[in-house]
Amino acid sequence: MGEREELAMKDPKWRTMIVAGVVVAALATTHVGAASSAAVGIKEFKFTPSVLTVAVGTTVTWINHDEEPHTITSANAAFGSTGLSLDDTFAQTFIRPGRYEYFCALHPHMKAIVVVR
Amino acid sequence: MDRIDRRGFMECMAWAGTGLLWVSTSGVLSSRVIAPAAAAEAKPGRFSFAQISDTHIGFKGQANGDPTATLQQVVDRVNALRPAPAFVLHTGDQTHGQKAGAFDTVAEILKGLKTERIFYVPGEHDVFLDGGKEYLGRYGKGTVGGRGWQSFDYQGSHFVGLVNVLKYKGEGIGALGEDQIEWLENDLAPLSPSTPVVVFSHVPLWAVYPQWGWTTEDAGRALAHLKRFGSVTVLNGHIHQVLQKVEGNISFHTAMSTAFPQPAPGSAPAPGPMKIPEADARRMIGLTEVTYVPGQHSLAVVDSTLG
Repeated sequence: MGEREELAMKDPKWRTMIVAGVVVAALATTHVGAASSAAVGIKEFKFTPSVLTVAVGTTVTWINHDEEPHTITSANAAFGSTGLSLDDTFAQTFIRPGRYEYFCALHPHMKAIVVVR
Repeated sequence: MDRIDRRGFMECMAWAGTGLLWVSTSGVLSSRVIAPAAAAEAKPGRFSFAQISDTHIGFKGQANGDPTATLQQVVDRVNALRPAPAFVLHTGDQTHGQKAGAFDTVAEILKGLKTERIFYVPGEHDVFLDGGKEYLGRYGKGTVGGRGWQSFDYQGSHFVGLVNVLKYKGEGIGALGEDQIEWLENDLAPLSPSTPVVVFSHVPLWAVYPQWGWTTEDAGRALAHLKRFGSVTVLNGHIHQVLQKVEGNISFHTAMSTAFPQPAPGSAPAPGPMKIPEADARRMIGLTEVTYVPGQHSLAVVDSTLG
């Protein structure tokens, strides 16, 4: 074991990865307070909540609970998912304030809004 | 002009009614096969074709864990039809949400169909990811401008395949679009009113249930060009169940899926795959056989289930 550890530490790739890991961990810790998250469920061909209001920087995650695939497709092409199967998720971080209307490309009568303040 | 009224239509169905049970609820007819249709003897001018729809390869759910198996069963059923169908129509949703590899799987299974030719129209599941690029790459050849719609004649009948899923985004319902309706008008113009016309497309060309997107917003403009014909049969998929309606000389018919059923309009909170045991779902999926007999005003449409 000792020999392997020594070899690993001597490998510059490993050193880089460890350093990168520490940096990522530090960044994540710093941002815990600022970044927030919110969730939208898709069930029985409805986005719930249909109007979601979040702060700038929020990551919104959609999860599909239907056996039918759905998409999250921005009305002005600002963001969009591919087809989400049952239990698939899609996440989008909103960095600018605004009203983001979206629909399901397969079932366009499914419409909802993310309001970012 | 070759006109039929409702009574005439019902008489035709009485002729076609080899074990068909007809139920009329506020003008909407639905058929269920209650006994196998008798083997029809071949007569000159008579031909039949099959319709399969909504194969949804890539789906996996409670109602069907393996839609490739049920599609294979449907292919076997089509191959057993007598007389053999002259051709087969696939009215769309070959794939379930354009799952990777699904088009290949469908093509492989349908190679087993013993028929001269298969005609396709796309469903929204086949085109929503890439605007129809893959679908038209495979099936656009030989269609009008490579855009998926087409017409052909077979033994004096005129067949039209329409695309009503490529303008599907936005306001939310199936649409044909200006170009296609204009093409249809020109396509039909030289035909005599006595020519039997069959129109097929994915989303119903009548307002089955607009709340669930089960309608084509500009279908009325297309149907206006079909009113002068004595016999028009409209075949659709999309809603995964048999529904029928007669309006003047136009008979509308929707086919079952080969994969899974959807609820009757308005009978559930939402459309989508019914969550029922596979054995029950087998009684709600299957194929459609359509027969043209010279001298009869209306084509005979017979649906049969796998269960």
